[in-house]
Amino acid sequence: MKKNLLGLNPKDTKFLLIVVLLTLFTPILLQPFAAGSELAQFNGGYPDLMQKIAIFGIFAVGFNILFGLTGYLSFGHAAFLGIGSYAAVWMFKLLTMNVIPGIILAMVVSGLFAAAIGYVSLRRSGIYFSILTLAFAQMCYKMAYSVLTPLTNGETGLQLTLNDPRILDGAREGSSLPVTNIFGLAMNSSYKVEALGRVFTFNVGFYFCAVIAILAFYVAIRLFRSPFGMMLRAVKSNQQRMTYTGLDPKPYTLAAFVISGMYAGLAGGLLAAMDPLAGADRMLWTASGEVVIMTILGGAGTLMGPVLGAGVIKYLENIFSKINEGVLHDWFSFLPDGVEDVVIWVFARFTGEGWHLTLGVTFMLVVTFLPGGLIEGLKRLGSRIRNGSQKRDKYDNPDPEHRPDPGKHVV
Amino acid sequence: MGILEVKGVGKRFGGLQALGNVNLSVQENTVHAIIGPNGAGKSTLLNCLVGKLIPDEGSVTFAGTSVLGKKPHEINQLGISRVFQTPEIFGDLTVMENMMIPCFAKRDGAFRMHAIESMEAETDLIAKAEAMLDDVGMLDKRDMIASSMSRGDKRRLEIAMCLVQEPKLLLLDEPTAGMARADTNNTIALLKEIKEKRDITIAIIEHDMHVVFSLADRITVLAQGTPLVEDTPDNIKGNPKVKEAYLGETQQV
Repeated sequence: MKKNLLGLNPKDTKFLLIVVLLTLFTPILLQPFAAGSELAQFNGGYPDLMQKIAIFGIFAVGFNILFGLTGYLSFGHAAFLGIGSYAAVWMFKLLTMNVIPGIILAMVVSGLFAAAIGYVSLRRSGIYFSILTLAFAQMCYKMAYSVLTPLTNGETGLQLTLNDPRILDGAREGSSLPVTNIFGLAMNSSYKVEALGRVFTFNVGFYFCAVIAILAFYVAIRLFRSPFGMMLRAVKSNQQRMTYTGLDPKPYTLAAFVISGMYAGLAGGLLAAMDPLAGADRMLWTASGEVVIMTILGGAGTLMGPVLGAGVIKYLENIFSKINEGVLHDWFSFLPDGVEDVVIWVFARFTGEGWHLTLGVTFMLVVTFLPGGLIEGLKRLGSRIRNGSQKRDKYDNPDPEHRPDPGKHVV
Repeated sequence: MGILEVKGVGKRFGGLQALGNVNLSVQENTVHAIIGPNGAGKSTLLNCLVGKLIPDEGSVTFAGTSVLGKKPHEINQLGISRVFQTPEIFGDLTVMENMMIPCFAKRDGAFRMHAIESMEAETDLIAKAEAMLDDVGMLDKRDMIASSMSRGDKRRLEIAMCLVQEPKLLLLDEPTAGMARADTNNTIALLKEIKEKRDITIAIIEHDMHVVFSLADRITVLAQGTPLVEDTPDNIKGNPKVKEAYLGETQQV
């Protein structure tokens, strides 16, 4: 039998390779505009944004394992993100600033929470399941905010302090807080290269997130192509037939729920690894909604879609929210005064604080015209380029013999 | 002793006695038809056999094991496969995937976390599924999305999905309901072939007398929740009680 590389068929191997290359060259790809130019603020190649895209990409890929495959729409996945962050920060406080133990603990703890929450929530399906997960997430949020203050430090959020034990790191000199690192290599250290009038930032934290994101993506491909992945799609398609075929859908959905919870925990752990603090806000229902929007915007049930959705949303959030009225003034200063004010007023609704409006309009357009998400758009574009503008069905291709009579002229 | 023994089964929905004192014995390697007018309790009886409903009284034994209180997937694992009135298949999946799922269920049981294996590696199961598809004449449709097929093909696929599990008992709930005559005849031919080629017991619920009389070895007539008669097709045809149940007492036929 032909042995496939990494257990993937040639098509998937090629796909994974493209994803790896795209990820590794993100610092260059997201920096297309020359520094100092008018468009420089559309450059996304700075560490904070790139890390967020990688991390939320992981979050969305995991969410898609549950939502895209089984069709169960969880509205409380941010709880696992928050739990992962808290677990990781505790590890940084107690054990070591090396991120590996923190991230492992984040996955384990969020996996345990997912097992408990999933076990109860999965007794129901459809809207009831969504509401149950939402209720659990809000419970986690409220508890982190109030009664669990000894564990979560309430509304201030869990932070590092100078007198944390950090057993493995040993005594620390000086009065500055330690930074997260991987075997001594600090997460926030960057290497800047100036070339072609652009500044490219190669950041340790981003590359760490990128490697983990690639691993997470690879696991997701394997899972999608495995018999287990097929069973999850069977859950979405017809649970009745599944039971009468001798399969129990419950453990399958629970396993998917726990796996996607662990992905969320991993993302939460990475967020803490990039910036070692964890707040309850990370578990708020809007954060849960955001991952739903990412997945649907990119294309639920596809491999690449959620990553794309996460990228687009984080890009919009970070770039559009920075465009304030001052920037708009610079752009439109060539317009006559009265017109300029109107134009700036309109644009200001969509930028700065109003970036959510841009997101909303984008989401509406995508859901209306591309129900399969941005991935569907790319696929259509691809086939347009390859085959020219092809007729999609017989209605697009009027048969000359059977054309209806032309309308009579109105005299 | 039959392979399926139903003794004194009763089921009540509120004030309605849907089934009362049903006794039924399905012999191994026969085709046993259950007929009866609308509301006679045929579907309720079937649901009691597969674990969808639990009878209020009586016992249901399959190959010596009681199925009462077992979940549908556990009953399937004992060797009972069910074909539904409207074909229940995995519509979003391809025909081949539809076939692979029962193969996995048969080999691995109700749950197995095979998340690391790849589908391509399961050569034994693929061969088995393809052979079954070939048997029902659907191998050319293997990569089609199941929901895009005709009603007759969906039915054929559903039967193939049941048969690939090599069940001891195949339950058919009005397999030709809502089908065109040609599709009905195709289904009859398929079921006849299955009956001849395989060691399988078939219990069939059907309205269409043409289907019943071309397939059944034994017929049980159900009326108002109780079996009226059980006999061979030839004897049922002339039985006045059966006519009465179907057409009403005062009707002159």
